[in-house]
Amino acid sequence: MPMDEIALDHGHDAHDHKPGFFTRWFFSTNHKDIGTLYLVFALVAGIVGYTLSGLIRMELAEPGMTFLIHLVSVDAESIRAGIIEAAVNAGNVGAATDASVLAQVNEAILTAKTEASKSFYNVVITYHGLIMIFFMVMPALIGGFGNWFVPLMIGAPDMAFPRMNNISFWLTVAAFALAVLSMMVPGGNGVNGFGGGWVLYPPLSSTAGHSGPSMDLLILSLHTAGIASILGAINFIVTILNMRAPGMTLHKMPLFAWSMLITAVLLLLALPVLAGALTMLLTDRNFGSQFFDPSGGGDPIMFQHLFWFFGHPEVYIMILPAFGIVSHIVSTFSKKPIFGYLGMDYAMVSIGAIGFIVWAHHMYTVGMPSDMKAYFVAATMVIAVPTGIKIFSWIATMWGGSIDFSVPMVWAIGFIFLFTVGGVTGVVLANAGIDHALHDTYYVVAHFHYVLSLGAVFGLFAGWYYWFEKMFGLKYNKMIGYAHFWIMFVGSNLIFFPQHFLGLNGMPRRYVDYPDAYALWNAVSSVGYLISLVATALFFIGLFEAMIRRRKGEANPWGEGATTLEWTLPSPPPFHQFNELPVVKTEGGH
Amino acid sequence: MNNQRIAFLAGFGAVAMLGLAFASKPLYDTFCRVTGFGGTTQIATKAPETLSDREVTVRFDANVANAPLEFRPIQTNLPVQVGAHSLAFYEVTNTAPNDISVIASYNVTPHKTGRFFNKLECFCFEERIIKAGETKKLPVLFFVDPAMNEERNLDDVRTITLSYTFFQTDDFPGAAKTASLD
Repeated sequence: MPMDEIALDHGHDAHDHKPGFFTRWFFSTNHKDIGTLYLVFALVAGIVGYTLSGLIRMELAEPGMTFLIHLVSVDAESIRAGIIEAAVNAGNVGAATDASVLAQVNEAILTAKTEASKSFYNVVITYHGLIMIFFMVMPALIGGFGNWFVPLMIGAPDMAFPRMNNISFWLTVAAFALAVLSMMVPGGNGVNGFGGGWVLYPPLSSTAGHSGPSMDLLILSLHTAGIASILGAINFIVTILNMRAPGMTLHKMPLFAWSMLITAVLLLLALPVLAGALTMLLTDRNFGSQFFDPSGGGDPIMFQHLFWFFGHPEVYIMILPAFGIVSHIVSTFSKKPIFGYLGMDYAMVSIGAIGFIVWAHHMYTVGMPSDMKAYFVAATMVIAVPTGIKIFSWIATMWGGSIDFSVPMVWAIGFIFLFTVGGVTGVVLANAGIDHALHDTYYVVAHFHYVLSLGAVFGLFAGWYYWFEKMFGLKYNKMIGYAHFWIMFVGSNLIFFPQHFLGLNGMPRRYVDYPDAYALWNAVSSVGYLISLVATALFFIGLFEAMIRRRKGEANPWGEGATTLEWTLPSPPPFHQFNELPVVKTEGGH
Repeated sequence: MNNQRIAFLAGFGAVAMLGLAFASKPLYDTFCRVTGFGGTTQIATKAPETLSDREVTVRFDANVANAPLEFRPIQTNLPVQVGAHSLAFYEVTNTAPNDISVIASYNVTPHKTGRFFNKLECFCFEERIIKAGETKKLPVLFFVDPAMNEERNLDDVRTITLSYTFFQTDDFPGAAKTASLD
């Protein structure tokens, strides 16, 4: 829908009253402010999650317990006192100065430190996963860009329930605080934090595995994050269904708004199942129920079923908004409407729907019958069809287009390439026979980081560079944007591509150490992390450079290709927009 | 529809999914019982009337999860005519100085035979107390349903393994006290 065919009123700047700082940012009900809060929050959580991944890569940089051992502390004094006392009791009166006893003391301290750093490694990988998923990718894509651009794109003045929007945000912050707290309280096996992996399988997550309060806090954290996301999802569904501008039918709605609608429905149906499973875990731990305890007739495998019934839609919750963003960017910078708009729409709908019936492909090795495996293999493979529709439609949009390789466009093309790599390894892993060999190896780690760490995160950065000027009214330095992209592209591929080789050679995931045979590719992977560190520094340099230089942004910096409603508003948009609803007159969607 | 109504319906959807998560527990149990999923054996009240020529070997497996028990099958395997009912015995000894209460979980492999493996009587149906130092002989009365012969994808079945795992459910402080209650 070209802009000149949209009736608009820009006359609301004059009475654009913003509330004072505290009211504006703490009692926020404005969708743009809440979107900004979510983005800032995701940046903070992202730094935490990214630091944790750095700890993983540094530990795995070379064989042996080499890095985390310097970060853990043990009660050296009581170990020393214990050994000396035992020696004195055994008749060695001068034990406190005896060299052989002191060597024994040092050895005991080293052993204790090694054991503690092993457990700490488990804690690090667990919280890296949980924080990146629940407190970085979801808040940034859904809370950040979703809040910012769904109302703008559909021509709505705000979200349907602005106060509920505020609750969603602050519950997410509270959930993050609980998660960080849970890292710092006893896990029950001698170290702080829960080290059972982000999937929280019992018996590691029941009292048998982690009896300490850390797991209980983690359950509370995920409950809180879940409630926040469900409230947010309800808000998006109502906003999108009820508050579209006159003339904007669902089939004319921009694809990002579509992706958010589907994401919201997935959240609404998937998260309560996680909440149920976590509640069962909580009562198993604290109130003597035995849902997952076989001695009481329970079944730990049932937790895995419930978890993945949530977990599989969850991966689409993280990738669908990125699909929406990439569709806009590819169309804008090819200066063509998206190829096969309706096909793109219903590809996302079917990815969401099929996503609910493939969950057991995460658990082929639990001992399920062959018939059931055959079903889950087939159902999983079917997802490649709508995903292929999306990939080929993006390529067809670019085909014959007048392509402008701007910063967001290179990120979007990077997304398409990297997501395809992750998708292809996903088809490999969908085969139960192959999965029996590759289950819980680094091949799986490489696969899901290609679709999430390189897919969803590249989508996130693409959206960031696409909408930065719109959101903050400032121009960023393009050279920094390009440098960020290329260095990140090299770095993250260097991290994760070698992990395919490690996995195919049988290196299991979640292990703190490995035989020398795996040393080369682990070293390469860790070097890749250091390169990505440079890229991340450039990201923040670009952000601060734009904030300091304050080059005034344009309403539409991208030209004729940018056809959605947010580009009809000034940058940044007024505090309250669309006091008079825009009317969408033309046929056809974005 | 107005905003509140859609929000209410969406909220109802979320609550329904939460309910479904909890309903999955009884649904999962029922599903396993009815379909023999995961090698869940069937409970029968009477033996079948037909007898088949087919013979399968039933093997017996005994495991202890977390109890101070010695647990073993008295016979390791038994040739069984499909349709005929057979009796097998396990032996369990409490090696602890106190009484314990235990329960067994069970299944058969291959899992696909679960629907046709019927128990008329089994020690695994309920929780039981084993006194300190006591040795008990535990019977299993079972038959393999001749309906199995109708299923083409069970044609390859020559051996069925019946497996039990004992779990301790409760601890009693001291044998003497419990014994005096008897």
